[in-house]
Amino acid sequence: MKSKTFRKGIHPPDKKDLSKDSAREFFPPGGIVVIPLHQHIGAPAEPLVKKKDRVFRGQTIGRARGFVSAPVHASVSGQVKSVGSHLSPMGRQVLSVTIENDGNDELFPEIKPVRNDVIDYSPEEVRKAVSEAGIVGLGGAAFPTSVKLSPPEEYPTDVLVINGAECEPYLTTDFRLMIEEPDALIAGAEVIKQTVGAKKIFLGIEDNKEDAISLFEKKLTGRSDFQVVPLETRYPQGYEKTLIQTTVGRDVPKGGLPLHVGVLVQNVGTTVAVYETLKTGVPLIERSLTVTGEGIRTKKNLKARIGTLVADIVEHCGGYVGEKGKLIMGGPMMGVALWSDGIPIVKGTSGILVIPGGSLQEGKEHNCIRCNNCSACCPMNLVPTRIATLTRFSRFEEAREWGLMDCMECGTCSYVCPAKIPLVQWMRVGKVAVLKRDAK
Amino acid sequence: MKKTDYASPFKLGSSPHIRSKESVPKIMYWVVGSLAPAMAGAVFFFGANALRVFCISIITCLVTEYVFLAARKKSVSAVLDGSVLITAILFAMTLPPALKSSHVAIGAFVAVALGKHVFGGLGYNIFNPALVGRAFLQAAFPVAMTTWAPPLTQKGVDTLTFATPLAKFKFASAELSLAERLTDLDHLFFGHVGGCLGETSALLLLIGGGILLVKRYIDWRIPTGLFTTVFVLTGAVHLINPDLCAPPLFHLLAGGLLLGGFFMATDMVTSPITPKGTWIFAVGIGVLVVLIRVQGGLPEGVMYAILFMNAFVPILNRYTRPGILGEKGNRVG
Repeated sequence: MKSKTFRKGIHPPDKKDLSKDSAREFFPPGGIVVIPLHQHIGAPAEPLVKKKDRVFRGQTIGRARGFVSAPVHASVSGQVKSVGSHLSPMGRQVLSVTIENDGNDELFPEIKPVRNDVIDYSPEEVRKAVSEAGIVGLGGAAFPTSVKLSPPEEYPTDVLVINGAECEPYLTTDFRLMIEEPDALIAGAEVIKQTVGAKKIFLGIEDNKEDAISLFEKKLTGRSDFQVVPLETRYPQGYEKTLIQTTVGRDVPKGGLPLHVGVLVQNVGTTVAVYETLKTGVPLIERSLTVTGEGIRTKKNLKARIGTLVADIVEHCGGYVGEKGKLIMGGPMMGVALWSDGIPIVKGTSGILVIPGGSLQEGKEHNCIRCNNCSACCPMNLVPTRIATLTRFSRFEEAREWGLMDCMECGTCSYVCPAKIPLVQWMRVGKVAVLKRDAK
Repeated sequence: MKKTDYASPFKLGSSPHIRSKESVPKIMYWVVGSLAPAMAGAVFFFGANALRVFCISIITCLVTEYVFLAARKKSVSAVLDGSVLITAILFAMTLPPALKSSHVAIGAFVAVALGKHVFGGLGYNIFNPALVGRAFLQAAFPVAMTTWAPPLTQKGVDTLTFATPLAKFKFASAELSLAERLTDLDHLFFGHVGGCLGETSALLLLIGGGILLVKRYIDWRIPTGLFTTVFVLTGAVHLINPDLCAPPLFHLLAGGLLLGGFFMATDMVTSPITPKGTWIFAVGIGVLVVLIRVQGGLPEGVMYAILFMNAFVPILNRYTRPGILGEKGNRVG
């Protein structure tokens, strides 16, 4: 079957060979875990524990505040060492719960599945369970999943798209998850489909993951309501709006959401997390991630507890090698460069990536020569150099007309820019300024 | 006061953390390389004169660039980014082979100083610098700029009365038949004609232009729109009145159209950034070229046509914003 794709985009070296053959292994949490109460999009959770409290694994330690929010759970059993601000991956000080791990890994006694069989959950029960489990989008954006599972009534959802594109270079956690737990993924997709009342499921996978494509094609033979869609390996193939065009053939309007065209998109990691929570009753306290990059000794795919410190994981993988470079949480295109490895992994952490300085291709910044590479590759069809220039001169209204707020910061423009202009950074500067003006 | 230590053991910076291997100098030197066949052709057809003009132009441009960068307190290493070399070569290519050295130097200085640096240097100039230099010479030394030395491959031709193919067609006496006024197409194609240094051989320009198209260092819309417009318009006028306008293939191959269409109109800095704007820009140049060649007082109009449309680029950019994904059902394509 021929791979489908959107037009535009780029082909960065995918570097997935570094880690794609290493099966996910469980990484036992270290002596200390730090769990930020704000790991998701929306309001931060409210702490329910205080210093010296004893907590169990899976116990709620932060309560969701409001509809768009998510609770936070202890990922180990032990004693609360402190509740205070700690540097989060996003570079901010965030109220966090530090737990001293007692090593017993005792599960909170009240945890048990609501139903014995995942299929027996009613839509309402699924939403409640997902909400209480603190499940958020595990692809990186960390938007509360329960909100996505509750589309407003005027927009009935008829199609579910499972995003297995994993278009970020280096990362292989979704790939490993797909080939190691295909049945959990299929079951999770079925439950989500039932919950939102969809009729059809598409599973989009980039064609650099042939094993996964053929595995699911075999498992789903004869299913007309559940289809594998091979996608061309091209960044950002997994971007929600173009993914919907490619798989379903619908156009999400500018400024709109997938629900406006009756579609729900879920990442494969999130889908499996939903299934496991329903099956075991254990909330989201663990996730898969890839530890990779030329600057780390052993490349691995891990299952690690939320709150595990990056330094512990790096040590487990043989430590840093090569010259000083970037320590990145997430992929190379959209990930965040960390200031320190004393930062915990959070629900949205899809990978730990270490790139030595020499491989960064930073280069000297030139004036824009208007080569149009940025606009030729932008998946949103923006003209990034124009928006960046308007932002630089504080002409925010014009920047907005040119689509500043439609930019999703995929990094494509900065990647292709021969003048090495930090275009995405200018987009961020512009967005912050516009939001500030709007707030006034 | 105690200094807070914010040093991180890691490099920091905004995403994306990887970059392509593309760079400004790389693009510039590819353009220089793609001009090499036409430069070699110029030396082949015009000998020492061509070498002289190229050398003076390149040296003057490099020195001017260096002085202006230094005076503007910019990094002088930018002299080596390749952009000024392109200006120097293109400028030389638009000159008559026997032009006096002092004229070449004056034009080259104007190209870099007025064409590029008064606007703010690389990336900020509105007009193609090489053409600014040429336009200045055309205004300052009109006679010198229209005195054409025949190529070395053409023996026994009088320099004073020698004309370029376009001038021959336009200004030939009315007694001559149409066929006598035209130049053989194969001569135009391979370079057995007079004209500016860089415009004699269509073949060599096509090779260079082809390289840039394949490498995507020029926007295919510009040569496509420009050449199609010229072909269609001259074809139409030729059908109506063959005396007024030469056949379309003649117009494509003669004069500076290929040089301008592949290497000057496509200058990234001075062409639009939107696809729609680029089409308008290309077609606009084509229309102006035909207007000047057919109706104007000059035999050739590529230079003025490009400079004129350069002036429209900011406004074209402003009014031709591409549709954003999802805007009025827009699909990216």
